[in-house]
Amino acid sequence: MIGFLALLLSLQLVGEIIVRALGLPLPGPVVGMLLLFMGLVIRGQTPKELNQLATGLLQHLSLLFVPAGVGVMSYLAVIKTHWAPLLITIVGSTLLAIVVTALTLRLLTRKTLDHD
Amino acid sequence: MTDLFEVWVYLAEQPLLWLTVTLISYVLAHALFRYSGEFALLNPVLVAVTLLVAVLLLTETTYSQYFAGAQFVHFLLGPATVALAVPLYAQAHQLRRLWLPLGVALTVGALSAIISAFLLGVGLGLEHEMVMSLLSKSATTPVAMGVAERVGGIPPLTAVFVILTGITGAIAGLPLLKLIGERDAGTKGFAMGVASHGIATATAFQHSDRAGAYAGLGMGLNAALTAILVPTLLWLLTFF
Repeated sequence: MIGFLALLLSLQLVGEIIVRALGLPLPGPVVGMLLLFMGLVIRGQTPKELNQLATGLLQHLSLLFVPAGVGVMSYLAVIKTHWAPLLITIVGSTLLAIVVTALTLRLLTRKTLDHD
Repeated sequence: MTDLFEVWVYLAEQPLLWLTVTLISYVLAHALFRYSGEFALLNPVLVAVTLLVAVLLLTETTYSQYFAGAQFVHFLLGPATVALAVPLYAQAHQLRRLWLPLGVALTVGALSAIISAFLLGVGLGLEHEMVMSLLSKSATTPVAMGVAERVGGIPPLTAVFVILTGITGAIAGLPLLKLIGERDAGTKGFAMGVASHGIATATAFQHSDRAGAYAGLGMGLNAALTAILVPTLLWLLTFF
């Protein structure tokens, strides 16, 4: 288990190094995710302990966003002044993006399935 | 009374206090979510954050004092993001067949998120800096902040908008997708990940591993695409 935790951290570290060295507009952990994915494709299967560790970390992924979320408190004044336009923009745009993405994917996968 | 105050002063300076309060708030928020029959508005992130902000304001604790403790939780976001490759790999057999539909849906979804934020923000009379801070809101925090800085937004404000976007998608995503009759867990997850990054990905995982895997994929891909699209779209806008 500890070995795989070290692996996750190492891939994150390598991700950070790649991002900085190449000036990529991506977060290091996302590059680390791609590296791990490629590693799993090459290996052909997920080690059992890695699977357990990933499940453990991702089961309460919500918790990990709480400290960043509390950062909202530093901007309460700005939000209070512009709350209505901000709320409409953020909620409206997010809901639209969800619907548009889902409908596009549904339309296209239906077509693929029809050709099968 | 003085003794108690001294205990408080000691505790307030230790990371242990705010780390513990963060975990307790989340445990309470999660229990409330469960007891309510997983009522979407009682999203655990939203409830835990509200609870913590209230406690911090009441105790006159600053965010940096709080973060000194909470950073240990925050730190795990990095390895957890890397770990998203594991559920994603479990869907690898399907991804090979679906890369084109996923790519198109990602592009259309990312464009609709950015353009609608621009039009709504400008239309509702928000200041230029605010609008620029809103454009990258669907991307994960580090990317969104980097983009905001590049296009003349306010990065810390963008971080707030990113969180609010995530909570919106986490709360409304599944009910909305049900409303439009979406049945496929992969499509649900992908749409939530593209529009509302990691916070909605966390909710997608509560729905199913398949939804979570696709949400993680949508989040990762949209991080890259938003970084390219926002500056490009603004550049195109200069021709009009």
